[in-house]
Amino acid sequence: MTTTALKEPVRDTSPGAAREPRRRTGRIRRVGLPYLLLLPALLLELLVHLVPMAIGIVMSFKELTQFYIRDWGSAPWSGFGNYKVSVDFDAPVGEALLHSFFVTVGFTLLSVALCWLIGTAAAVFMQDTFRGRGLLRALFLVPYALPVYAAVITWVFMFQHDNGLVNHVLHDQLHLTDKPSFWLIGDNSFYALLTVSVWKGWPFAFLIVMAGLQNIPRELYEAAALDGAGMWQQIRRITLPSLRPVNQVLVLVLFLWTFNDFNTPYVLFGKAAPEAADLISVHIYQASFVTWNFGTGSAMSVLLLLFLLVVTGLYLLFTSRGRRAADV
Amino acid sequence: MSDSPMAPPRSFLWSRRIFLTLLTGFVLVPVYVMVSSSLKPLADVTGKFRWLPSGLTFRPYIDIWSTVPLAKYFVNSLIVAGAATVCSVVIAVFAAYAVSRYDFRGKRVFTVTVLSTQMLPGILFLLPLFLIYVNIGNATGIALFGSRGGLILTYLTFSLPFSIWMLIGYFDSVPRDLDEAALVDGCGPLGALLRIVVPAAVPGIVAVAVYAFMTAWGEVLFASVMTNDTTRTLAVGLQGYSTLNDVYWNQIMAASLVVSVPVVAGFLLLQRYLVAGLTAGAVK
Repeated sequence: MTTTALKEPVRDTSPGAAREPRRRTGRIRRVGLPYLLLLPALLLELLVHLVPMAIGIVMSFKELTQFYIRDWGSAPWSGFGNYKVSVDFDAPVGEALLHSFFVTVGFTLLSVALCWLIGTAAAVFMQDTFRGRGLLRALFLVPYALPVYAAVITWVFMFQHDNGLVNHVLHDQLHLTDKPSFWLIGDNSFYALLTVSVWKGWPFAFLIVMAGLQNIPRELYEAAALDGAGMWQQIRRITLPSLRPVNQVLVLVLFLWTFNDFNTPYVLFGKAAPEAADLISVHIYQASFVTWNFGTGSAMSVLLLLFLLVVTGLYLLFTSRGRRAADV
Repeated sequence: MSDSPMAPPRSFLWSRRIFLTLLTGFVLVPVYVMVSSSLKPLADVTGKFRWLPSGLTFRPYIDIWSTVPLAKYFVNSLIVAGAATVCSVVIAVFAAYAVSRYDFRGKRVFTVTVLSTQMLPGILFLLPLFLIYVNIGNATGIALFGSRGGLILTYLTFSLPFSIWMLIGYFDSVPRDLDEAALVDGCGPLGALLRIVVPAAVPGIVAVAVYAFMTAWGEVLFASVMTNDTTRTLAVGLQGYSTLNDVYWNQIMAASLVVSVPVVAGFLLLQRYLVAGLTAGAVK
């Protein structure tokens, strides 16, 4: 493959190439050039991500209700008032936030675990060529390629109480339930959300693991086969350990995406998510745009960000201990 | 590969067969529902679910265009996603080239900062961004809020971090000797980038473009807040079918299919590049 051919030179040149002295003293002594190249990316990141984040943090300390929305700077300061409301778990607002947080944590753990498991299993099973592999690979990527709203809206149809496929199969055809269930309201909504999330998310894990598998040298398998290791042993001893660096990034990315996911629950349930599937993003959206209380919404967002920062930091610390933190 | 010293054991073959069959079913059922329901008459989708249509009809595919202004949404999405993709790829190529080929102060800070923006919950900067766009509009007269331009600007930054990250890895895998030679031959640094590095990294660039287009085409949250009647994109516009008194599920499925075809077809055609790009770039 082209990729393996292209990869080889990296190993040869990478250690010294980055700071090759010739380049610095050579003709291109334009110190400004790299900065110039970075400038557009930097400006846009500042405008769309970093400045808004800073403003969001400022807003979280303000009493920003609809009356001040035209001129948000004039809203009165409220100190830690918004935070106090958010984390007062005995009062309704805090209690609802805590509930939403736990729902999100449970949902995220299950979804990430299932996505990873299915994606890895599929990639490992499809590592060797067999008839129809290319077709199957393309098919498996369809859920990932579909626009979120198109995919999720199909699931909404399938989960309908009266005319949906799920109730038709479970109740009418398999007689597993006494009466048709509600899937998009009540406790079942958690499983509905989880199903959709896994259906949509596992192909990403599949894609990444598949790419990771291509970087495992063939010789390792040949050597193991000569030593008499069977297929299952090769998977356990070679494939899975070799995937560790890939998994470190993959699991983190899956975790962050799933935890912050807004699109799936929003299309699945509309503006008001059922309590059992009240993911934190939608919850904060609700708190901000439905109640028009942007100060509290911002405080909740900042708390969410802090939580994600801590989790990511701990995760990287914990997982990098074994292997030298190679690079970002 | 096919004539490996040891053929896979039966347990492996059977596990593979069972697992892949179940997984294919799981993946295919919604796709089947989408396709078959889009060809059903309305009675079939309002009554009990049926696996097979009572009769095939292409009516939904005609009606979708008049029930909601789908064509307008389609054009909006095409403009927004197309422009965001082009801008994002160009900007990412420059940034990745700088990081891959130059040593400069703040390099690490830059890559870490850009990557960590991936972690931000969209909800955190949705409202501030909305306020910034409104204020820029008031101060300069450049309408960002509600306009396609504002959405393009927003979306291109969504795909930027991942694109830069992936392209750095990809550019690193293009031998430096090649652009050194171009520099010696009198190309400027930009000449070396455009004539040597970019052509050698086409798979990576295509992969990044696919990713950027998909991101912009599928985004819901910002589209639902930052568009108005004239600039509405498909992500929001598609919900128009279900806010009516009757829910035309056959039309919804037909519309979903129509809006999915460009991205799914593009993605499947280019997925080889994506896997290759990920292999060389992201998953090193």
